[in-house]
Amino acid sequence: MSVHVLSSSPAISLWRQARPTTRLAFALVALLMAAALVGPWLSPFDPNAVALADRLQAPSERHWLGTDHLGRDIFARLMAGTRLSLGVVAVTLALMLALGIVIGGTSGFVGGRTDQVIMRVTDIFLTFPTFVLSLFMIGVLGTGLTNVVIAIALSHWAWYARIVRGIVLSLKHRDFISAAAMAGASRTRIFIRHLLPATLSQLAVLASLDIGHIMLHVSGLSFLGLGVAAPTPEWGVMLSDARQFVWTEPLLMLWPGLALFLSVMAFNLLGDALRDRLDPQLRREYAS
Amino acid sequence: MGGFIARRLLLLPVLLLAASLVIFLLLHLGPSDPAMDYLRLSQVPPTEQALEHARITLGLDRPLAVQYLDWLSSAVRLDFGVSYATQRPVFQDLMHYLPATLELAGVALALTLLVSIPLGRWAARHHHRGPDHLVRLIAFVGVSMPNFWLGFLLVALFSIYLGWLPPMGRGGVTHLIMPAVAISLMSLAINARLLRASMLEVQGQRHVRYARLRGLAERDVESSHVFRNALLPIITATGMHIGELIGGTLIIESIFGWPGVGRFAITAIFNRDYPVIQCFTLLMVTIFVVCNLVVDIVYAFADPRIRVSRQGVQ
Repeated sequence: MSVHVLSSSPAISLWRQARPTTRLAFALVALLMAAALVGPWLSPFDPNAVALADRLQAPSERHWLGTDHLGRDIFARLMAGTRLSLGVVAVTLALMLALGIVIGGTSGFVGGRTDQVIMRVTDIFLTFPTFVLSLFMIGVLGTGLTNVVIAIALSHWAWYARIVRGIVLSLKHRDFISAAAMAGASRTRIFIRHLLPATLSQLAVLASLDIGHIMLHVSGLSFLGLGVAAPTPEWGVMLSDARQFVWTEPLLMLWPGLALFLSVMAFNLLGDALRDRLDPQLRREYAS
Repeated sequence: MGGFIARRLLLLPVLLLAASLVIFLLLHLGPSDPAMDYLRLSQVPPTEQALEHARITLGLDRPLAVQYLDWLSSAVRLDFGVSYATQRPVFQDLMHYLPATLELAGVALALTLLVSIPLGRWAARHHHRGPDHLVRLIAFVGVSMPNFWLGFLLVALFSIYLGWLPPMGRGGVTHLIMPAVAISLMSLAINARLLRASMLEVQGQRHVRYARLRGLAERDVESSHVFRNALLPIITATGMHIGELIGGTLIIESIFGWPGVGRFAITAIFNRDYPVIQCFTLLMVTIFVVCNLVVDIVYAFADPRIRVSRQGVQ
């Protein structure tokens, strides 16, 4: 009996229907979350503790994945890196969505000259290749974790603003909005209660597909020495540290790269799955 | 058609002007003081007097609008000032490094198109069979592969383990292979997946079924009815990939010691060398916008709906 109840719950039936890649995505994302939450406690080592006597050790019982050129435990650094990476993605996404919703929403909802001006500014931002724009923003703001987040959010928001504006424009003259206005709802309330929910599914698809992109962006900038500063355990920083040992210790560059690759893959798959569920128009494009 | 191209060409300077304004404003309204950075890079102690002097030499004491117009009028004459760090003319230095970057990015773009198109076509032709699964696997891995990690993996395999390819520098074709593959894998994977999906979609349309009913050979149906129509989304996607290819080239250059603008610009960004950052950003935007213009024109030529309707208007 209990088995029957379990199998009829919506979450379980969703899991049953899911394609193998979707299941893999959920499993990998869950693993990443777990690594970010409890990973740092699994290892007795401080990710930043330098122990020159133990430098460049092979994987062993003590150091599961070995140590780097300063004798720091690679497993501990990977776990701390997962926490950092997911944290940065969360903050960047929140900032990007906030900018996109406020700017795109204002543009679509207020309309007229405001819309014209905002859309021209958005167009200008879209003429920059995103990576070049974030490089430029780092040039304006300086390096460091906070500035990387701001730089990446500022180089992506325009896409979100365009989508929000499009949806708001297509809905704002519909009857249910007029009805809400006649019922005395304020403009803010109409926007938040009636227009915003309509944008969420498309934003969720776009955002989940962007997560992998943001991760690559953050690590790429850190790898170039323009992102998170050197001793911080970040995957791009670890790869940059490992580059001088490519000839002698090629394993050093394997782990952080693998972590980054698997994370990006997990979120890309999750994004594909979300898109297939929430956005039937796009499903057509990638249908097999 | 001519009108369409003319309008696009006219839009180009407007876009670049707007981009230059954004670049200038953000740099000058940003949190740091250019005069301070100038003194730091020239290794002058930042006394009150030195700062005042730097502001006057750099023209920072003038109103912002005057500064912008002054910068712009020099910029159209390709004079972007001198680097704070090296005191050398910025534009000449960037032009010195640019050909290497364009060579690498160009090869990466060519590789993207030359590999992804046959790959996507091959997969669609063998839908649900071996080649299809193989291409989907390549796409699956390719879309998530960090390009700089791939660069390292290639060096480890082909330079260190097998000793086939040079790990660094610019020279013959052998020097180009690894960096170009590392830069292009992601856009190549996306393109192949897109072409495959687009061909499968076109295959179900009525004009294709009609062609088959008329008894045309399957090969003719595939090449002239399916493939040609399915190619249109690839043209649009290529415009999007160009930005990624430019970004990828800047990162990959640093791994393979490729003597392009990447390392020069990254040092300047790290140092906040304003004239270099301004010129570099505007240069990259120009390349991106021009490439997208070319893509738009190619699309207009390829899509009879645009080609014919524009002619009709004329």
